[in-house]
Amino acid sequence: MAILTLTIDDQPVSGTETETLLEVARQHGIEIPTLCHLDGLTDVGACRLCLVEIEGASRLQPACTTRLQEGMVVRTNTERLQRYRRTIVEMLASEGNHHCAVCVSNNHCELQDLAYTVGLQYVRVPYLYPAKTLDATHKDFVIDRDRCILCSRCVRVCHEVEGAHTWDIAGRGIGCEIISDLKQPWGQSTTCTSCGKCVLVCPTGALFEKGATVAEMEKRTEFLRYIVNARQRREWNPDLLHEE
Amino acid sequence: MITLAVEGGPVAVPRDATTTHPSGDNRFKLLDRAINTHHASGSALIEVMHAAQGIFGYLEDDLLIYIARALKRPLSQVYGVATFYNFFRLKPAGRHTFVLCTGTACYVKGADRIQRAIEHRCGVAFGETTPDGAVSLVAARCVGSCGLAPVAVLDETVAARLTEDEAVARIDAWDAATEGVGA
Amino acid sequence: MTVEELHELADRERERQAGVRHRVLYCSAAGCVSCGSHATRDAFKAAFTRRGLTESEVVGTGCMGLCGQGPLVKIHDDGVLYERVDAGLAHRIVDEHLVEGRPVAEHQLDAASPFFASQVKIVLENCGRIDATRIEEYIAVGGYEALARAVAELKPQEVVEEVRKSGLRGRGGAGYPTGLKWDIARKAPAEQKYVICNADEGDPGAFMDRSVLEGDPHRVLEGMAIAGYAIGASQGYIYVRAEYPLAIERLKLAIRQAERHGVLGSRIFESGFHFRIDLRIGAGAFVCGEETALIRSIQGRRGRPQPRPPYPSERGLFGAPTVINNVETLANIAPILRHGSAWFAALGTPRSPGTKVFALAGKIRRTGLIEVPMGIPLRRIIFEIGGGTPEGTEFKAAQTGGPSGGCIPAEHLDLPVDYEALATVGSIMGSGGLIVMDSTSNMVDVARFFMEFSRDESCGKCAPCRVGTVHMHDLLRKIARGRATADDVALLEELCETVKETSLCGLGQSAPNPVLSTLRFFRAEYDALLGPVEVFTPSNPLARGRGPGGS
Ligand SMILES: Cc1cc2nc3c(=O)[nH]c(=O)nc-3n(C[C@H](O)[C@H](O)[C@H](O)COP(=O)(O)O)c2cc1C
Ligand code: SF4
Ligand code: FES
Ligand code: FES
Repeated sequence: MAILTLTIDDQPVSGTETETLLEVARQHGIEIPTLCHLDGLTDVGACRLCLVEIEGASRLQPACTTRLQEGMVVRTNTERLQRYRRTIVEMLASEGNHHCAVCVSNNHCELQDLAYTVGLQYVRVPYLYPAKTLDATHKDFVIDRDRCILCSRCVRVCHEVEGAHTWDIAGRGIGCEIISDLKQPWGQSTTCTSCGKCVLVCPTGALFEKGATVAEMEKRTEFLRYIVNARQRREWNPDLLHEE
Repeated sequence: MITLAVEGGPVAVPRDATTTHPSGDNRFKLLDRAINTHHASGSALIEVMHAAQGIFGYLEDDLLIYIARALKRPLSQVYGVATFYNFFRLKPAGRHTFVLCTGTACYVKGADRIQRAIEHRCGVAFGETTPDGAVSLVAARCVGSCGLAPVAVLDETVAARLTEDEAVARIDAWDAATEGVGA
Repeated sequence: MTVEELHELADRERERQAGVRHRVLYCSAAGCVSCGSHATRDAFKAAFTRRGLTESEVVGTGCMGLCGQGPLVKIHDDGVLYERVDAGLAHRIVDEHLVEGRPVAEHQLDAASPFFASQVKIVLENCGRIDATRIEEYIAVGGYEALARAVAELKPQEVVEEVRKSGLRGRGGAGYPTGLKWDIARKAPAEQKYVICNADEGDPGAFMDRSVLEGDPHRVLEGMAIAGYAIGASQGYIYVRAEYPLAIERLKLAIRQAERHGVLGSRIFESGFHFRIDLRIGAGAFVCGEETALIRSIQGRRGRPQPRPPYPSERGLFGAPTVINNVETLANIAPILRHGSAWFAALGTPRSPGTKVFALAGKIRRTGLIEVPMGIPLRRIIFEIGGGTPEGTEFKAAQTGGPSGGCIPAEHLDLPVDYEALATVGSIMGSGGLIVMDSTSNMVDVARFFMEFSRDESCGKCAPCRVGTVHMHDLLRKIARGRATADDVALLEELCETVKETSLCGLGQSAPNPVLSTLRFFRAEYDALLGPVEVFTPSNPLARGRGPGGS
């Protein structure tokens, strides 16, 4: 595959045409904030935090879904981008009912981290105080929709990696919410395997393990890359297991 | 309710529906026919839901499960689709339907005043059905008769150049004809 | 069928029509039907029987244009057009006009009036002229000739070239050159490709596409088949909104007739070209007019837009190269092939050739459907054709592009209607809704109205649009109620910029347009509603170890 060269933030970098700007930037130590992206899941370009400027392009493009092109000149951290990112985080903060001080994920939350990264000082828009629900009917896990930012990582991991497709998004616009099966209580879901992957990939405290108290819920996401790579490269060929 | 002309619905029960469907409800035979027209393909989910709503009036959970099984789609995805589109109803509609156009032309000609008058009269907001099941209030986005704005569709008859008083009078007329409306 | 058979069919139908004693055309489009045009039709039939005029016919046609003055009736024999024809008038017309030869002057419309004389009809040429339920009538006026010629005489590449040279641009709103789009799809290597007709017509207050589908459905089918031939597709879909039951019915009938006559289906005009068309019915989601969302919806999914690139012409429906065009765009294809690209390119302006159909509505005297050459000044559309605002009020703004467009004030009315000119005043051509506001309209509330629409129609996928439209709407409501300060307006402007620049699809990207354009031209109306600036206590709910409100 041909090697393409381009510049990101004045730094010359290279990669292949199947790689995204985000991947190549990270390989070269350039940090671009993300939220809906997770290594190992299909990218959807939904949170818009990874938007970058590309010279000659009429619009900002999400680094997570944009493939490399020869000679691209990319900027990832201009004053304008910083301002937009701050406003987007502000919107996410105002959309839910976030009470970090009493949250299981306090200090281990990607939304909270982002607020710091983008330098969010205060939220200028009014809180929407939506009436969201908490579902603790599952034997091991809880979903607190007050803290959900609709990144859809749980939906994707359940579909793409576990293959159960218990979760999906219902409704539309500001009324969107994560649901299990036919919006049944999670504990009554006939498709959930209780594998817990959704809990591990959730960036906030919306999905957590029962019994976790304030600031105790730490998430792990590395397992994902590991499973996905093994599958793609057929490192765990089921036949091999039989042969052994 | 704006009627829909889609494959499989709305339809009358055909003559050959004498043998019963395993579920005991012959309407499922009609639904099966709509599903088969599309070779039970998952990409026909929306078409099949249109047909199902035409046959059953609304999409209750059992019906969604039936469709999900037949088209081999995950339950949550079927529910997600049913709640994404305004057209699908998860609850039964009222005996009468008042569809008010809230498109731009009708808005400019005062549809918002009619909306307030009707909501006041019925005691429920647009998008809801009165508790006694008499009237469903539906807000539409342009019914394509902008020249006659403001427009409403009352049980499938178009009322052009509507005023607040006339609109309320039409509901009163339904009221007089049946047991009662709203509030 | 063969090309000769097509011509024979056309001749037979023309002879049949010539043999009819009186041919009365009545408008059977939605507007006139809701004014009672079916009763008018029945009255004509009764009058014919009463007068013993047996070999006469009453024919339902597509929209005749002046929707506000319906029911409209046209006497085919001499072209006289009547307005507000109720049953009584129908009998009078038969007695006085058809039998005695004296037209009923008080209800006659003047064909030389600017409403008719300023129009140029290409897309609407058959609307109000033929019976949309009979393929024979379409064929009699030259229908399917262009498809026959393309398939028999032109290579796919030559068809694309002809469309490219015509300069035709997409009528769905963005104005992308149609020839270029087709060329990308034609060159894309794939076994299976698709053509989609976007008949979702989401702009509330617009009914151009509906009128074409109801009044001349075969024109759209022909355009799609030509597109299919040009790019190498054998399957087409029409995605039509559920709110248009009559259009759906007419399309179904038209597809059946076209298949029966062999102008759709296998071996079209005895060639190796196959093309089938299926309908897909929308289910009430404005965002499904956006092409990537529409494709998801055809696949039976939630209509959530996808990032582009890849564009549908590279990877679209079921992953295959897909051309997706608006109804009006496709309706222009057959005439372009029939009369040649040079003829089309000479109409309108060099950058935007051809005509545009507009739906005139709002505070304007003559509401209805019109087709004008591109480049015509807005002033002529509104005052000459539309007759200006009603008695006693004054023109304030013209809104184009619906919830994605802007409000154009009086001082810019001399702008020519083309894609670039409208963009310079912060509006867009849009699909053709043109709503006139007069001195009684409150522009802050107009902006709020459109934002409410965008908020309710946001798919919810991307954060800026999902949440931003809610906040922008709330701010506009606060301003309209006189509870806001200058700080609120500043915040509103900043949200507008962020949502415009960062949203994933065109819905979010253009949702701020009505606000930005009213702020630009009617800022005084905003300022008049503002109160004194209050002291603001900021808070941050995401602060580590602190609750919301920073207590
Ligand atoms: C939110 C949104 C709604 C749209 N609605 C429509 C529509 O109702 N009809 C339409 O033809 N195009 C609509 N479009 C434009 C389509 O995405 C697409 O550009 C168009 O169908 C291409 O056809 P054209 O090149 O012939 O214009 C919409 C775009 C957006 C972003
Ligand atoms: S801009 Fe709005 S409609 Fe478009 S993808 Fe984002 S949320 Fe959905
Ligand atoms: S990480 Fe790219 S859009 Fe969310
Ligand atoms: S806006 Fe009401 S009919 Fe079009």
